[in-house]
Amino acid sequence: MANKNNGNGSASTQLTKADFTSDNEVRWCPGCGDYAILSQVQKILPTLGVPKENFVFISGIGCSSRFPYYLDTYGFHSIHGRALPIATGVKVANPDLSVWVITGDGDALSIGGNHFIHALRRNPDINILLFNNRIYGLTKGQYSPTSELGKVTKSSPYGSIEQPIRPVNLALAAEATFVARSVDRWPHHLTDMIRKAYEHKGTSLVEIYQNCNIFNDGIFSDYTEKDVKDDNTIVLEDGKPLIFGKERDKGIILDGVTPKVVELNDGYTESDLLVHHENEESPVMAHILANIEFYGGPVPFGVFRSVDKPRYEEMLIDQMNDTIEKNGKGDIQNLLNSGYTWDVN
Amino acid sequence: MTEKMTEKTETIDPKDSIENIESATVRFAGDSGDGMQLAGTQFTNTTALLGNDLSTLPDYPAEIRAPAGSLPGVSGFQICFSSEDVKTPGDEPDAMVIMNPAALKVNINDLQAGGILIVNENAFKTLNLQKAGYETSPLEDGSLSKYRLIKIPITQLTLNALEEFELTKQIKERSKNFTALGIIFWLYDRPLEPTMKWVNEKFGKVPEVAKANITALKTGYNFASTTRIFSSHYSIKKAKMKSGKYRNITGNEATALGFVTATSLAEIPLVYASYPITPASDILHELAKHKTFGVKTIQAEDEIAAICAAIGASYTGSLGITGTSGPGLALKSEAANLALITELPLVITNVQRGGPSTGLPTKTEQSDLLQAMFGRNGDSPLPILAAATPADCFYMAFEAVRIAIEIMAPVIFLSDGYLGSGAEPFSIPNIKDLPKMKIKYHTNGKTFEPYKRDKKTFSRPWATPGTFGLEHRLGGLEKSDGSGDVSYDPANHQLMTDYRRKKVESLANSIPEIEVAGNKSGKLLVLGWGSTFGAISSAVEKEQKNGSDVSSAHLRYLNPFPKNLGKVLSSFENILIPELNMGQLSILINAKFHLKVIQLNKVQGKPFLIHEISEKIRLTLEGK
Repeated sequence: MANKNNGNGSASTQLTKADFTSDNEVRWCPGCGDYAILSQVQKILPTLGVPKENFVFISGIGCSSRFPYYLDTYGFHSIHGRALPIATGVKVANPDLSVWVITGDGDALSIGGNHFIHALRRNPDINILLFNNRIYGLTKGQYSPTSELGKVTKSSPYGSIEQPIRPVNLALAAEATFVARSVDRWPHHLTDMIRKAYEHKGTSLVEIYQNCNIFNDGIFSDYTEKDVKDDNTIVLEDGKPLIFGKERDKGIILDGVTPKVVELNDGYTESDLLVHHENEESPVMAHILANIEFYGGPVPFGVFRSVDKPRYEEMLIDQMNDTIEKNGKGDIQNLLNSGYTWDVN
Repeated sequence: MTEKMTEKTETIDPKDSIENIESATVRFAGDSGDGMQLAGTQFTNTTALLGNDLSTLPDYPAEIRAPAGSLPGVSGFQICFSSEDVKTPGDEPDAMVIMNPAALKVNINDLQAGGILIVNENAFKTLNLQKAGYETSPLEDGSLSKYRLIKIPITQLTLNALEEFELTKQIKERSKNFTALGIIFWLYDRPLEPTMKWVNEKFGKVPEVAKANITALKTGYNFASTTRIFSSHYSIKKAKMKSGKYRNITGNEATALGFVTATSLAEIPLVYASYPITPASDILHELAKHKTFGVKTIQAEDEIAAICAAIGASYTGSLGITGTSGPGLALKSEAANLALITELPLVITNVQRGGPSTGLPTKTEQSDLLQAMFGRNGDSPLPILAAATPADCFYMAFEAVRIAIEIMAPVIFLSDGYLGSGAEPFSIPNIKDLPKMKIKYHTNGKTFEPYKRDKKTFSRPWATPGTFGLEHRLGGLEKSDGSGDVSYDPANHQLMTDYRRKKVESLANSIPEIEVAGNKSGKLLVLGWGSTFGAISSAVEKEQKNGSDVSSAHLRYLNPFPKNLGKVLSSFENILIPELNMGQLSILINAKFHLKVIQLNKVQGKPFLIHEISEKIRLTLEGK
């Protein structure tokens, strides 16, 4: 068997950020949002209590997919869109590993769209960090599947004529068991989301709004600039009412099935507001939150949904072990001799 | 004609009319719902038990449930059995069982002149005749006069025999395949007991149905025996076969067992990831059963996901295997190259079918050889193996595992629809006699460089996630020799390309040399690869017996070729290459050895018949 050295490794408590920094020179454009994400990941990994050799980072193709080269863990920079099935194979082969997928909006949602929904519905215990910059960066500036309608790029000089995919909506539709959103410029929130994604057993999706300062600069500034961000965003917190605004004076209520923004000093109190429950079995409320923008609401950040469901690799291995328990371990010679046989003398 | 024959046979006592023959080929054909595969399988099992050598081939429609009685809905099963060595399911059947007009239309041209044609005359009604496109009944219009037509009211016989049974008419009618089987059992002098035993096991929970099937079986047998409808019946002696335990095995079963056996003996976990595709799905079905051997199967969302999951498993220290057919291999090519450049072991099975595109999903062809060889971007050689017979799939699947692990590379294993669903007796090996394999994972951090190569095999070390101190990055970008860092250095790319080629080429030193059957030099060598082995070697043996100067040789390793191939080819004046494609091996032979070869090509979704190759041999030797 592989991995005989499991558990034979370094004591995780002694690890630091430096242990996770590879000697590869980071080659993202100066000012790229990817730096901030890399830094948060390098900071959080030593705190998770996992032996360093048990981390595996798998990526596809794109700017963000260079990520594994900069981390001193096991890493696999694969082919465009296919990190998720590779990660599934890794997890099935060795469930003890902590498996992470680094992907972008083009990688996960365009060429890898099929794998994205199937990984989420199967629910293997892997963590997906989806860097969404709403543009193709590595190919130098074409619109991506998350680019907004009308986006002017090199390949859409008259504006994109495609409706964007909303990754959180898509993930919820696939009944993903953990769906969250953060942004590169909110380091503490990002760290919190990555930690929660790690702690969740099952497939975790963290959509990270990431600024591409070369081809799509400022696309998320409404959510990151000090003077406007509090009025444009809402932070989801489990068990807490949905309040937002610079003065924390706005909230969200449910009018029938329609979410509505209300002013708290306008006859509404906190107790009237919708309370967020991330563990709800039904994904319906999470869907409503994910679509709040359609009703003039703020963009939610935080955990939309976190529910416990069986993991693919566990069920696969349980089935195997149950069969072995029932029938005993297989004997190859008996297997070859099985079925309809006859003897020639 | 039947009446005439009946008159003639009335004077003969069937008990005294057993004729000893050497071999026979029988085809069962009917509507998909007529149970012809079952009848064929039961006939096969009993025949195996009697000690005949045999080979079988089912022929079923691509449509799951084509309209009853229609031409596309015809399902067939052919068996050739003999007291001598059998290498193919037979050319033209000696006897056919035909259950409806559509089956007659689809199959009749294959029956040899004078062959026994048993038809279920109850099915030859106006509507069925129309569905098959007959204006008049061929049973009455004399169009079948060159065959020994034997009309039997098989449906009616079945219903009459089951009159007292408490079953619906529809269910009673379903037993008619057993009636037909009973008739054929009598014709070829086989016992009913093995089938009766099987029926009782299979239908044990519905005793009335079990009883009905057994009654129908006996009815058919007794009908044939007492009505003297046949002029004689036939007996075929035991074949001389190597002593030991046998089972009948299809190529797909053998492939699956080869994978389980190889990985179990090497003590490496097997992860088989596949997307359902005809005719390869049976490998997935078979492997999904073998959980007690630690086999993990993944039914992926598509072909690409399947190979990628297998790559992920191999990266993690299991052996990833994927299986598909031609169109699926096309989808997997980018990922195959990822395994090639990351130098991870992987087996890609391609059960070839008629192409291009969706082509002929249920029909056989050998037309993916060049795809396997060249269907990837960049200079990307990988080992290619091909099985010669259904049972050989076991050994070549085993060999594919061995090579993938030995040189840390993806290996393509070519089977095809004919091998995959065709069956023959498999002499069950003793696992002690199988090659030994040892897996070496790298564990020493001090000596570790991801692309430091073994001097003999040029393979790189296999260091799997979870191993302390060996953290490293792999990927599709070109890597630096030794360190494995990303490298765009021109000289390094040349070096790594050369290494990847050498890894494959140097396998020629460890694979068996090609053997010549017959004279080692002479006028003509018939060179084949893959599933044409049976037809080629049968034809060559036949022509050798006729005194022709012809030999045969068969390739099971297509890349690299066995190292003596050039020498063997140069020992003959002419090389004939029969292939179920338009000349793909011919291109490779021509490119490598600058030899002009004679081609025999067929792409009709069917295997070669022995006589097609014999004729070409004769014409070639006559200089035509």
